[in-house]
Amino acid sequence: MLNEQLEKIKTEALDAITTAGNLDALNEIRVKYLGKKGELTAVLKSLKDVSPEDRPKVGQLVNDVRAIIENRLTQEKDVLGNKARELRMKAETIDVTLPSKRNVLGHAHPNTVALQEVEKIFTGMGYEVISGPEIEYDEYNFTKLNIPANHPAKDEQDTFYINKEIVLRTQTSPVQARVMEQGKLPIRMISPGRVFRSDEVDATHSPSFHQVEGLVIDEHITFADLKGTLAEFAKKLFGEDTKVKFRPHHFPFTEPSAEMDVTCFKCGGKGCRFCKGEGWIEILGCGMVHPNVLDMCGIDKDKYTGFAFGVGLERIALLKYEIDDMRLLYENDIRFLKQF
Amino acid sequence: MNTPINWIKAYVPDLSCTDQEFRDAMTLSGTKVEGFEKLDKNLDKIVVGQVKKIERHPDADKLVICQVDVGPEVIQIVTGAPNVEEGGKYPTVLHGGRVAGGHDGGPLPEDGIKITKGKLRGVESFGMMCSIEELGSDKNFYPDAPENGLYRMSDDAVVGSDAIEALGLRDTVFEYEITSNRVDCYSVLGIAREAAATFNTGFNMPEIKATGNDEKVEDYLSIEVEAEDLCPRFCARVVKNIRIAPSPWWMQRRLANCGIRPINNIVDITNYVMEEFGQPMHAYDYDTVSGHKIIVRRAKDGDSFVTLDGQERKLDSDILMICDGEKEIGLAGIMGGENSMITDDVRTMVFEAACFDGTNIRLSAKRVGLRTEASGKFEKGLDPETAKAAIDRACQLVEELGCGEVVGGCIDVYPNPVKESRVKLDPDAVNNLLGTDLSKEQMIEYLARVELKYDEVTGEIVAPTWRQDIHWQADLAEEVARFFGYDKIPTTLPRGEATMGGISFAHEVEDVARETAMFLGFSEGMSFSFESPKVFDMLLIPEDDPARQAIRIMNPLGEDFSIMKTQSLHGVVSSLATNYKRKNANVRLFELGNIYIPKSLPLTELPDERKQLTLGFYGDGDFYVMKGVVEELFEKLGLKEKIRYDANADRPYLHPGRKADIVYNGKILGFIGELHPQVLENYGIDDRAYVAVIYMPAVMEYANFDIKYTGIANYPPVSRDISVVVAKDLPVGAIEDCIEKTGGNLLESYSLFDVFESDKLGEGVKSVAYTMTYRRKDRTLEDKEINEVMSNLFKELESIGAKLRV
Repeated sequence: MLNEQLEKIKTEALDAITTAGNLDALNEIRVKYLGKKGELTAVLKSLKDVSPEDRPKVGQLVNDVRAIIENRLTQEKDVLGNKARELRMKAETIDVTLPSKRNVLGHAHPNTVALQEVEKIFTGMGYEVISGPEIEYDEYNFTKLNIPANHPAKDEQDTFYINKEIVLRTQTSPVQARVMEQGKLPIRMISPGRVFRSDEVDATHSPSFHQVEGLVIDEHITFADLKGTLAEFAKKLFGEDTKVKFRPHHFPFTEPSAEMDVTCFKCGGKGCRFCKGEGWIEILGCGMVHPNVLDMCGIDKDKYTGFAFGVGLERIALLKYEIDDMRLLYENDIRFLKQF
Repeated sequence: MNTPINWIKAYVPDLSCTDQEFRDAMTLSGTKVEGFEKLDKNLDKIVVGQVKKIERHPDADKLVICQVDVGPEVIQIVTGAPNVEEGGKYPTVLHGGRVAGGHDGGPLPEDGIKITKGKLRGVESFGMMCSIEELGSDKNFYPDAPENGLYRMSDDAVVGSDAIEALGLRDTVFEYEITSNRVDCYSVLGIAREAAATFNTGFNMPEIKATGNDEKVEDYLSIEVEAEDLCPRFCARVVKNIRIAPSPWWMQRRLANCGIRPINNIVDITNYVMEEFGQPMHAYDYDTVSGHKIIVRRAKDGDSFVTLDGQERKLDSDILMICDGEKEIGLAGIMGGENSMITDDVRTMVFEAACFDGTNIRLSAKRVGLRTEASGKFEKGLDPETAKAAIDRACQLVEELGCGEVVGGCIDVYPNPVKESRVKLDPDAVNNLLGTDLSKEQMIEYLARVELKYDEVTGEIVAPTWRQDIHWQADLAEEVARFFGYDKIPTTLPRGEATMGGISFAHEVEDVARETAMFLGFSEGMSFSFESPKVFDMLLIPEDDPARQAIRIMNPLGEDFSIMKTQSLHGVVSSLATNYKRKNANVRLFELGNIYIPKSLPLTELPDERKQLTLGFYGDGDFYVMKGVVEELFEKLGLKEKIRYDANADRPYLHPGRKADIVYNGKILGFIGELHPQVLENYGIDDRAYVAVIYMPAVMEYANFDIKYTGIANYPPVSRDISVVVAKDLPVGAIEDCIEKTGGNLLESYSLFDVFESDKLGEGVKSVAYTMTYRRKDRTLEDKEINEVMSNLFKELESIGAKLRV
């Protein structure tokens, strides 16, 4: 009798589960059969009327039926759950080609982009980045760099004067003198910064621009070291295949002096319109620190040697990013800045 | 400096290389070639042709038919040239040849003009006879050329031979960039010497022969140099019985290929010697030199003088003058006077070759406003030794060219002859500086190429006087390196003690500030450090404001660039204005740059250079957006304390109701606000714009990138909301002060969630609501603790007149 009843509950419950169709109906089935007031629970409660010797057997039977129903419920719940999720996801399909929602990010000035590359290269080689005053004593800008009073270089550079002793620095080289004077050796430094020359503004000139100065002072520093260092710099800045060429030149504060050309990064040295068919592009001036400069800055010129170099930052930025007019750098048109 | 290669080859006969090879080698040995131009690059198949017969063209009045002997054959050429003559020899292009340009002398086409046979009005023509313009030159350089028509060549020209060679156009002109230390290279001889050294071949200095008749120059002329300091040497010679005539063909060709117009024998000789030796010379008409006496002295302040270009020049006592017994006759080293200039009637003349102080000439030329070829040479500081060689060379040419009789002797005022420079050669030092391993003998060989001779006795290198740049061991190293080859010097990296490198803290702070500004949507601009004093008015800065105490540039590019910035707003605001005018929407800019604050004016010591971070935007956003930017920045820079805003800030350029100083730890670190409507109008921005300026040196004192993990609280927080009614003009900051003061360590965070005014609340008040979160890290907060905090808070709020809403 009880057996039949259990069998009936089982069949009914399983049928109901199969046809439930959704999670709510499934839950109702659980309550109807397995709930506190459910049919199977009722059977269990009626066990007290069964003889004590039959109780374990019947109890077992009830639990088996319960297990079967529970199993089936779980099974069906998974199936229905997955089905419902599939439906939801299908309904949630979006058009991935609609416009993105971007955060507005600002852009660095091309000079800064170029400078940071240069700084990264040299700090990686153990150079310290040092800055110096933009309004500078004539003495540091000229005299201590072996450019005495009335030297034509003072005219050539067309200096802005504040008064007889104070100028807007025409080069970052005075930082060399300042660092050497501190006397902390060895020195490996670069010094980027703003410099000024009395040039009218046009596509290739600006009265205010930037240089990066470099200085290495130590025992046994040679011209070969200068070549090696700057060749490495050029490769890192313009690409591994970049070749360099050193041409003798003259600067009052270095001897021997040189200008460095790099192979044109557009044509690789074959010659193109960009490099005016030369295959080479002039990039910086450099040389061994003049003994007189070492002397004036209090460094023992018989013990120490060193090299120095100066790069025009705008020149690098213009070349590297192919900017055709220097004036763009100081207009700050957002359409220009956004490209960096 | 432009020099034709053929003139160089006159002194370096064994030079044989292509133009490109010459260019590369010279550049790599230190005489930088900027470029070169082959004069014959577009001249092909042009021979000397002689017109045998001229006939009229049957169908054209302006054309004639010529039978032209071009050597192997006689060809028929139809020409319209008005000056063609039977027997005349003309440059003749054969079929398939090329000329440089048209007969009108207009701009030369890049690849020239191809000439082919063809028919002119039905008559066959097998070539073309040329004008000088068609050969790429002009009458300035070939004074015997006609105004219009064919260039008639010399009667000695060999029919059928290369006409281009005969015209001196098989030549290449090189343009050099000479560095200021190599004054000697502003001359053909200087470059020739470098060329010989570069190609390691012989250099033949022209031989200067003794010249002059039996007379003594001293009987003609006396010289007195009063200003010895400005005139280290003055040489003068006299030439009489002058016969002015054109200079010979070879001299004309050399000058023309240097770009100098042949004039007459005397002028050409001075120009020739100036090119050859780099020594400017001057010629005076002897008969105009009063008292036959030349005095070299300073001018008097306020004097004036008419130079030979007819211009009157104002003089001062620093200008050196060449004078005769009565008057001034020349602006020393710059230009001669109209009163003593050579004319075609000159009978006797005085040649001058002097050496003047370079700096004085440079400054004088600048003050007088007259920079000449001569002053350009003198200002570089010439070798006094060259003066004598040059004047003798000129007199030699006068005799050789037969243009006058040179009087014997030379007046040479040269009180302190220059000495050769001597530098001890230390081969180890040279190798140590270069990183090379050259022998002493190799070094001596390289140095000898440019006549830097080794003195076996003293072990010194002796530099000739024209090498005024050789003083140090390093100078010798450069000479060795130049001829050994910079490219052959090894490539190494510095050895020695490793250095850490890196950037300073200030630099790091700037980098972080820049990165953060960019992350917040601001793009970096840059503006000049100098600007116009008008910006103070544009920014409504009062007349007596210390910001107006700006450093002035003595020689600015103009009033608009005449003062050094004392504030950084103008740069960013004017850039915003540029963008606004160009209709760029939603522009956010920042600049990280210096302002320059004088310690006193006029400047006696270097000013304070203060870095400022200046931010500005228009378009989307308001005051609170900018305030958020400032707070993000401060957080990134490690300024974790509460930032306060003082609305009483004295910022005339800002909207009076929308401005604040940014206060941190009691210090003003900058300011923030909306630009004053008048300022916006001054800059032409028809929109609201917001700015913030942050003083980087002040921020630097608090910036801190140390990170310490403080744990995550495990115990539950307790939240409390309050809502208070306060006076409408009470800043909510006052309520926040109460929350912070009473919350102490327990206060984790708080936020404002509601502000409103309403009729129900009444006039002049507003409702403000905050939610606060309290938490202990070590245990769960007890009710008792919270209640105490709250009751303190209520008391505090009451003290600022806040009423709790229920």
